[in-house]
Amino acid sequence: MDAIWLIPALPVAGFLLLVVAGRKLGDPAAGWVATLAVAGSFVVSAAVFLHLLGLPAEERNVTVTLWQWLPAGSFQVSFGLFFDQLSGVMCLFITGIGALIHLYAVGYMKGDPHYSRFFVYLNLFVASMLLLVLGDNLLMTFLGWEGVGACSYLLISFWFTDPANASAGKKAFVTNRIGDLGFMLATFLLFVSLGTVNYTEINAAAPKLAGVTATAVALLFFLAATGKSAQLPLFVWLPDAMAGPTPVSALIHAATMVTSGVFLLTRLSGVMAEAGWANGLIAWVGVLTALVAAGAGVAQNDIKKVLAYSTVSQLGFMFLAVGTQNYVGAIFHMITHAFFKALLFLGAGAVIYSMAHEQDMRRYGNLRKYLPVTFVTMGIGWLAISGIPPFSGFWSKDEVLAGAFNAGPAGPVLWFLGITAAVLTAFYMTRLMIMTFFGGAEHWRTDAAESLPEGGADEDAELSVAGHDTGHGAHSDDAGHDHHHLTPDHTPREAPVTMLLPLVVLAGLAVVGGLMNLPFSHRLENLAIWIEPVLAGEHELPGAAVLWVLAILATAGAVLGVWFSYRVYQQHKVAPEKVEKPVLAHAWYIDETYAKVVGGPGEASFDAVAEFDQKVVDGAVNGVGSGTRWIGRALRPLQPGFVRSYALGVAVGSVLVLAFVVTRMSL
Amino acid sequence: MTGFVAVLAATEDIPTPDVDWSAIAPNLILMLGGILLLTVVSVVRGRLPGWFHAVWTISVATAAIVAVVPLWQRVQDSGPESVLAGALVLDGFSLVVTATICVSVILAALLLEAYLRRERLGGPEWYVLMLLSASGGVTMATANDLVVVFIGLEILSVAVYVLAAMHRRRVSSQEAGLKYFVLGAFSSAFLLYGIALTYGATGSTNLSRIQAFLADTVITQNALLLGGLAFMLVGFGFKVAVVPFHNWKPDVYQGSPTPVTAFMATAVTAAAFAALLRVYVTTFGPTYRTEWQPLVAALTVLTLVVGAFLAISQTNVKRMLAYSSINHAGFVLLGVLAASAAGDAATLFYLVAYTFMAAGSFAVVAVVGRRGDGHHDLSDYQGLSRSRPGLALVFTILLLSQAGVPLTAGFLAKFYVLAAAVESGYTWLAVLAMLTAVVSAFMYLRIVVTMYFAEPEGEPRRPRIPAAAGLAMGLCVVGVLVIGIVPGPLSDVANDAVSQLVAVGR
Repeated sequence: MDAIWLIPALPVAGFLLLVVAGRKLGDPAAGWVATLAVAGSFVVSAAVFLHLLGLPAEERNVTVTLWQWLPAGSFQVSFGLFFDQLSGVMCLFITGIGALIHLYAVGYMKGDPHYSRFFVYLNLFVASMLLLVLGDNLLMTFLGWEGVGACSYLLISFWFTDPANASAGKKAFVTNRIGDLGFMLATFLLFVSLGTVNYTEINAAAPKLAGVTATAVALLFFLAATGKSAQLPLFVWLPDAMAGPTPVSALIHAATMVTSGVFLLTRLSGVMAEAGWANGLIAWVGVLTALVAAGAGVAQNDIKKVLAYSTVSQLGFMFLAVGTQNYVGAIFHMITHAFFKALLFLGAGAVIYSMAHEQDMRRYGNLRKYLPVTFVTMGIGWLAISGIPPFSGFWSKDEVLAGAFNAGPAGPVLWFLGITAAVLTAFYMTRLMIMTFFGGAEHWRTDAAESLPEGGADEDAELSVAGHDTGHGAHSDDAGHDHHHLTPDHTPREAPVTMLLPLVVLAGLAVVGGLMNLPFSHRLENLAIWIEPVLAGEHELPGAAVLWVLAILATAGAVLGVWFSYRVYQQHKVAPEKVEKPVLAHAWYIDETYAKVVGGPGEASFDAVAEFDQKVVDGAVNGVGSGTRWIGRALRPLQPGFVRSYALGVAVGSVLVLAFVVTRMSL
Repeated sequence: MTGFVAVLAATEDIPTPDVDWSAIAPNLILMLGGILLLTVVSVVRGRLPGWFHAVWTISVATAAIVAVVPLWQRVQDSGPESVLAGALVLDGFSLVVTATICVSVILAALLLEAYLRRERLGGPEWYVLMLLSASGGVTMATANDLVVVFIGLEILSVAVYVLAAMHRRRVSSQEAGLKYFVLGAFSSAFLLYGIALTYGATGSTNLSRIQAFLADTVITQNALLLGGLAFMLVGFGFKVAVVPFHNWKPDVYQGSPTPVTAFMATAVTAAAFAALLRVYVTTFGPTYRTEWQPLVAALTVLTLVVGAFLAISQTNVKRMLAYSSINHAGFVLLGVLAASAAGDAATLFYLVAYTFMAAGSFAVVAVVGRRGDGHHDLSDYQGLSRSRPGLALVFTILLLSQAGVPLTAGFLAKFYVLAAAVESGYTWLAVLAMLTAVVSAFMYLRIVVTMYFAEPEGEPRRPRIPAAAGLAMGLCVVGVLVIGIVPGPLSDVANDAVSQLVAVGR
């Protein structure tokens, strides 16, 4: 079973091949090569997984050390891969969904001038993501962590051709780097206190950690996770990241990369078990993120932005599960979310594709007539994410919320906030479905683009100080494509079969995904049985009776959300303006606040520092210089002005150094 | 009169020290190689092809590296020893720094060959000066006496002052040379005064004697010694461009001919840090560490922060790299500050890794600068990924390494110094260093993004890549990646080299 090195190696090979020969292969051969590389990696993952399935629980892992990266001595790190129950599950869904999304992109990116380069990045991304989950130590994970971040950053900046919006890439970079800092510090802290960065050794030695250290490590890793997984307060980059092509949104910014924070904390469950109140904080941040982002999702008009906020919100659910030490629930929800969110994004992509790259839902309507396959598959995704039984989302969300309900005295409050977010989810997803596929009127025929009120995030453009990405920027999605404008006589047509096939497969998965872990008897909790041996930490689901009540309440909540949305958008009983408050459209003004702080005082102080060296230091030095003209006069023949001030800079520095020393002297 | 006679009489009694020629072979090879080159070209005037000087220089530097190998073996077998009556020391540390300086001579010579041809400049003097300067650097690295440190520093510096001003058609080059000279002389005075004060306090300039003296005599809060340490720190701090003694660096790096900048960034930095480490950590470290550590910590903070923050506000790539080298100096200083075996090894590792990163980066800058060595603006890098994909890739790898991305030399270099600092209790400083690394990463990525994503105004230019410069870049990229992926050998060498630094002066 040493073949696990093939799992990351195949996408790497695809990446290298495309770097060298991508342009020659062209469209669509380059896309097929990339797809095959990822599919091959899926086959290997599945084979290893099946092999492990036949082994007893404690033997279900494979370690392959490719080479000794950092050598012997006090600090040893191997370039090792570790395929166990957890990383195996991750590999399966990364490569599986990855292959489907690659296949979809073969059709979606057709005709793009940067066709082969797109697949270069996509393969590099999959390889990095696999390294992230397969690494047997923190440094390997960090390598993948940086790799996926770089791919995401490059893909965002690459397709953000509008220079005014180039700051979206910058924003993703800055927030992610803040997170990376947490990762590095936590790694250091663990290394200093345990002398190792290997996961198995860390989890084994974690009980020896001092409580404070464990808490600090957990908080720092959580900081890393808030950056990568778009949680409060660092979530602002993700909605902007939707500027990239839709397959990228589906793969990187919905299904895989953004879940790596959840994976990291689950991988380190041994440390988390010792981390005390940090867990509670994680749960609270998670549930608040779920709520805040779901609220923002209610008032977006760009179809991809709705899904983006929805992703942030669903990630919040996963962190709620992690914080309540319900790792099985977190992973369960991560997988089902990957199914239905990839499905929804790809479906949205198919809609955008057939609507001449229009992303404003106010210009859709009645599309079910034209796009039956997209409609049915997206409909399944909608039921799944809204939490309607028996679709997959119901089971996983229920497990997360039930786990939260049982988590100490604050549990019921967490549960209530979570269920509120779930109701909002059902509401905004129903809104999306109605605006897109129902409503009778075919708005692109009646409303000219200019006549639309600039609602939602487009208002108050002057607030967008540091380039807050407004709706205009997102319209430039997939800038490479031919932009024939959406005209009144446009007739939407279904996307090609390479795009529809992944939709159908994902829709199937979104229906049956719940079978992985049914709560009716322990025998049916396959995922829990599979994964629990590698997890530390105690959590217990409530008893059967409470579980039934919670499930019924959750279902009722979902139905309520759907019904209310139906009242507003289909029956028009309530004016949408009453629901779509500006504060929601602006995502609670969090982004604008950052822009004001960073762009205003932050940028000003930054410029001030830059000028400080050139003007103030030199100026002060020149001021001193005017007092001591004779030096200046002596040096002027050499180099008027500058050498004098530099020499005085050195002199002033020396005086400071001496002054410091004098404080330590006894004369 | 009688006094004079007495002096005369005394001279006869001055013992001439035993000279262990093999122990100083690398230094001799460099120095004689330079002098011989000057002799040969003045004898066979004008009949030598242009590449001869470069090949000669590279051969000399290679020979010096070859001469290091048996010495390394000797040190490994029988331990460190002092030679020339205790003036120099032969230990693993000095040998590794010697080899590093020679490597940077080779890389700079490769760059210089194509550069001189392109700029229509000529003459062997460039190479002669570089070899002599390297010899001074080796002297600094092997010095076991403060006076020898000073002599080495002057040999190193005077040659570099001239080199900086050698591009006779560029005013900025002459300005750079002059600035560097005036300020350098200024800071040398500080160093010398510091040495004098230290002599006054300890009664010797010999490092092993100072160390022994301090071990026997407790003289904390001694004004003379503290003053000496402070003044010497100013002198060394100037050479490695520690803030607030850094302000010459952007101007000089930007103005100097680019291959010379590459040499300064690598050889001069390595030699100066080697001397700094030997004086502060090895000599004053065991007994006097707590006296200078707070001071160096303060300078480290300034250096890290100023280097990172001022780099991002630049638009001239050569100047950006100059500021970023200040940030790098802050990281190396972190290794010095640790004042432990791990810190020494980390410092050495960083210096070697930085040699490849900096030489390679400046090689790219030299090529993109085109004739006149003036096209260093960020906009000159627009569209480079299309006109010169290989060059853009090389620069990307080198910049990522400078930013400290895993699997490159820069990551491990940073990692080791941070680990050493944390081990010595400077966790807060390590955190700050990481923050500044985040800030400067932004600057490196800005260049990368410009190369790959910015639309050039008009047709992107296709700079010519001469074979020698291409070879230098190739070596640097290979070096950066090999150190990043298989760091074992280098880190073993660094650890072996450092453990022996302590025992000097038999």
